[in-house]
Amino acid sequence: MEILRRAANPWGQEVLVGIAWDLMWAALIVGAVFVVAHGIYVRWIARPTTPEEAFVSGAGVPERVTRHTFSSRVFHWLMALAMFALLLTAFLPIVGIRFPWVTIHWIAGLVLTLTIVYHIFHAMLRQNFRSMWVGVDDVSEGSRALARFFRRSRGLPPKPGKYPLDHKLYHHAAAVVSVVAIVTGVLMMFRIDTPFWNQNPYFLSDSAWGIMYVLHGLSGVALITLIIAHIYFAVRPEKRWLTRSMVWGWIQREEYLLHHDPERWVLNGGRAGVAGVEADRVEVAGATSDTEPSGGA
Amino acid sequence: MAVIRDMMPAFELLQPTSVEDTVALLQRHGERAWVLAGGLDSLDWLKDRVKRPETVVELGGVGELRGVRPTADGLEIGALTTLSEVASHREIVERFGVLSTAARHVATPQIRNQGTIGGNFSQDTRCWYYRGGWPCYRAGGNTCYAATPQSMNREHCVFGASRCVAVNASDTAPALIALDAQMVIRNAGGERVVAAEDYFLGPDIDITRMTVLEPGDLLTHIRIPSTWAEARFYFEKARDRQSWDFALVSVASAIVVAGGQIERARIAVNGVAPTPVRLRDVENLVQGMQPNEDTAAAAGELAIRGARPLRHNDYKLPLTRNLVRRALRALDA
Repeated sequence: MEILRRAANPWGQEVLVGIAWDLMWAALIVGAVFVVAHGIYVRWIARPTTPEEAFVSGAGVPERVTRHTFSSRVFHWLMALAMFALLLTAFLPIVGIRFPWVTIHWIAGLVLTLTIVYHIFHAMLRQNFRSMWVGVDDVSEGSRALARFFRRSRGLPPKPGKYPLDHKLYHHAAAVVSVVAIVTGVLMMFRIDTPFWNQNPYFLSDSAWGIMYVLHGLSGVALITLIIAHIYFAVRPEKRWLTRSMVWGWIQREEYLLHHDPERWVLNGGRAGVAGVEADRVEVAGATSDTEPSGGA
Repeated sequence: MAVIRDMMPAFELLQPTSVEDTVALLQRHGERAWVLAGGLDSLDWLKDRVKRPETVVELGGVGELRGVRPTADGLEIGALTTLSEVASHREIVERFGVLSTAARHVATPQIRNQGTIGGNFSQDTRCWYYRGGWPCYRAGGNTCYAATPQSMNREHCVFGASRCVAVNASDTAPALIALDAQMVIRNAGGERVVAAEDYFLGPDIDITRMTVLEPGDLLTHIRIPSTWAEARFYFEKARDRQSWDFALVSVASAIVVAGGQIERARIAVNGVAPTPVRLRDVENLVQGMQPNEDTAAAAGELAIRGARPLRHNDYKLPLTRNLVRRALRALDA
């Protein structure tokens, strides 16, 4: 399989010109294999999770717990639309579905860029920026989840705060890949005429352009795999409560108590649900939270 | 960079004798196959060693691809019919004169005797950066060497640039678009018919291809309906020298005048964009107008609206404007 494409420029120097599109198929195959393997694991290999009784203090926890604010959801779905537009306009022409894709592609790229800039500021100013950081507790949670995954341990890992470790890792992987795609994409816009500027192919040297194309291509195919995984988890039955929360914004009190540690995801600045006046006994059956290595809605 | 050599790289030569065999061979070899008709475009590529097909399917023995046949609604021209035959065929000359004129303007008599209508219509661009073997967009790279500030881009496009600024150089393409011709394409899956103006792909859609032909496809025939038979035709090709040269700009038109007014018109230009350009706005403008100098002037101005010349080719704007004017003026003659 070819990975990178090279060519001799007019000065006889061999330069990179991009990635080989075999990698697009490789990314699709990796995504498909992951989905199948995870599906098999959950269906036949994972330790069955029995109905569980959890003594939790649910007093003070509202019936519906807000997980994503309206603005967060608008950001998420705008970003999703832009990402789909980018991937479809990038890869459909390669598989033979032809249409004038360039303008749609860079406009979608600008939309993605703006949503991510908004997200960064919104996360820093209006959200708990640290809720997405990976801390010591997350490492402990992750190691115990891995031990259970590999059947080295029967114990359930500790409940996470608002975001489990796999969500954080997925977020960071997607962030790195997206930022690479955006930075290289914005630079590549200097190769075309846009309303903002006329093309300037000499903005970078041949070899630097080659690196930009390679990085853009690699991030693009990486996003194929990441998005396959993301959609897969979004539609899995045990994850639909997360997907629902990305549509409507809330999760149910039982879902909050079952899947999250109220000490680590404190509601409304207080300790609601932990130091309640009286202990509620919440019984939840059949839910699993220990088998997914990545993503949710 | 291309270096002309005496010998072509080795390839497997296949010489089918029927369309069915040709299509089967093209399907079997897919992207590795190269279709060779008159060879006037192909042999440059092969001798320059820029294109290195594993297999060449030579169509010379496929008799059913040759000749001009009348149909219930016009004419059908085999894709392998030579340009000389197209230029001199009596019915084409009498009923579809714009095509015979265009064919007569191709290169030289020797080339017209060898070159085919299908090959001329489907030919690759003449951009020398691309044909020189440099890794431009059209060759699968990431640069248009003709669109840099230092480029020699006198012959390149003023419309339709999308990273690549090459132009289509076919003389017969604008004529066939003006005649509303239909291209018959065969492959292993069957036959499909594509309008001449839809036959070409711009770089915004596919930067590595000039036409809709996919690996495995064979252009077999060109059908010309009677719709525009015996209309008022005009073809003019502006070039640097009056023989053996590609068009800088060409124009072809088919216009029906009735009652002193332009009843309907089809006008196409080539050499100004990566694909031949049908001037729909001009057609709409002149419809219903009297064929006079004012109409011609307005048509010429409209023809170049939206043009974006490169550093060395802004001369194509007055050239295109005047060729379109002349196409309309000819009605008044």
